[in-house]
Amino acid sequence: MTATQRNDTLGASVGIRDVAVRYPGTTHDAVAGVSLDVPAGALVVLLGPSGCGKSTLLRTINRLVVPQRGSVEVDGRDVAEGAPEALRRGIGYVIQAVGLFPHLSVAQNIAVVPELLGWETAAIVARVDELLGLVRLDPERYRERFPRELSGGEQQRVGVARALAARPRVLLMDEPFGAVDAIVRQALQDETLRIHQALGTTILFVTHDVDEALRIADRIVVMKDGRIEQDDTPLHVLAKPATPYVAALLDAHDTVRRLQLLHARDAMLPGGADSPGPGASSVAPDESLRSVLAHLLDGAERVAVIEDGCTLGSISFAEIRRAIAASAA
Amino acid sequence: MNYVLRHPGDIAWRTLEHVELVAIALVIACAIALPLGVLVARKRRIGDAILAALNIVYTIPSLAIFALLIPLFGIGTFTAIVALVAYSQMILVRNVAVGLRGVPFALTDAARGLGMSAWQSLWRVELPQALPVILGGVRLATITLIALATLASWINAGGLGTLILYGLQHDDPIRALAGSVIAALLAIAANTGFHVLERRTAIERGGH
Repeated sequence: MTATQRNDTLGASVGIRDVAVRYPGTTHDAVAGVSLDVPAGALVVLLGPSGCGKSTLLRTINRLVVPQRGSVEVDGRDVAEGAPEALRRGIGYVIQAVGLFPHLSVAQNIAVVPELLGWETAAIVARVDELLGLVRLDPERYRERFPRELSGGEQQRVGVARALAARPRVLLMDEPFGAVDAIVRQALQDETLRIHQALGTTILFVTHDVDEALRIADRIVVMKDGRIEQDDTPLHVLAKPATPYVAALLDAHDTVRRLQLLHARDAMLPGGADSPGPGASSVAPDESLRSVLAHLLDGAERVAVIEDGCTLGSISFAEIRRAIAASAA
Repeated sequence: MNYVLRHPGDIAWRTLEHVELVAIALVIACAIALPLGVLVARKRRIGDAILAALNIVYTIPSLAIFALLIPLFGIGTFTAIVALVAYSQMILVRNVAVGLRGVPFALTDAARGLGMSAWQSLWRVELPQALPVILGGVRLATITLIALATLASWINAGGLGTLILYGLQHDDPIRALAGSVIAALLAIAANTGFHVLERRTAIERGGH
């Protein structure tokens, strides 16, 4: 990675106002009046089972789906204005099936949007190498390869590079890691977080995987039957499900029960250097992460892990996320 | 073998004429079939009507199609080419349409999502992806046309059929046989050539 990448991109805000979508020949709305404000640079996960309307909602943002009602704004501009092609070239799009063009090399796939935008060849060549580096594929080894010669994980890395090629300010990811195995999925989630931090791109990420949502989201939007059930931080979704449906969703993924089985000792960040002073929240090393979560919910940033008056370490929500991810793999 | 040994120039000339007839017809046929195939793939109702019409043309006995065109265009090379083009449309249009309809949704979705226009998606993604199937159609059409073009001599359009027709009419079986064998060899060569091309493009696209 080069130092210039930090100011490559700054995310754009996305505003969804009372959007409703009904597909022809169906009797109910796929999306039934949803409003959502995504601030610039956020990583928002749309979570729910298949058919809940999360992908449809995502596709209204790049106008692959046109809503019957409501409006969508990117960076304050209504997406319905202007040519859809121009809009889409400014928005990254990653899908589960990857959709790499089989007759084009890795470099040619990544170059698609810059070419549509009429970049000069030298700029495209440099950008392709830069992006391969960003998704941690050696340009020398991968540039001239074809999609069929790549593993599933490598293909999706190229898919992400292709989506980021023209420095979009918004990145839409539709179940991007649904087709790869758990280990590769975690690596790709890490890359997504790293890229999000490095570029500041606004990311909307669709998944049905609760663990994935808890792991990467700034904010989780739980959807059911075309409506939003809960729109909250991962901590709150996990610890204070707003509806029985959200609770059931977490239950089905066994997430809460796993927290019950994990101990503070196993998840904590060792050391007491930055541990909170007296009177702050603390737990014993054998307490479950479920009770740590209760402390965090009460407003503590970090919970100290204390045994015999001695601070062993501390836990914040970041450590809990990591523990959830580790227990899922 | 007398004829073959005495008139190699004549045979070569008729072969060349034959190849020319097929090549011209094939180029025109492809130029028509490509847009028609795209239309069939994109618009289901118009597409079904087009396929039905082409199917009717295809069911006309091959000799009859030449006969039917004589009142319209007279006899000669032009009429022969019209007949060959019309006859090959069914195969070509159907394969273009089948190839395009078989392009995975993920690819067209990605193409649109990345900001390609319908036209760009067609040229850059869908047609290249459908190429192996389209080439399969071109291969079949070529073989059919090589066989069919032997009938062109019947309306005075030349080709290997001239040798066959003359041979049959003047009790010269060697001459008729020479025309038939060369036509068959041309068909085999075309089949092999296109097959190799088809395989290569299919493998490039992740097929088998």
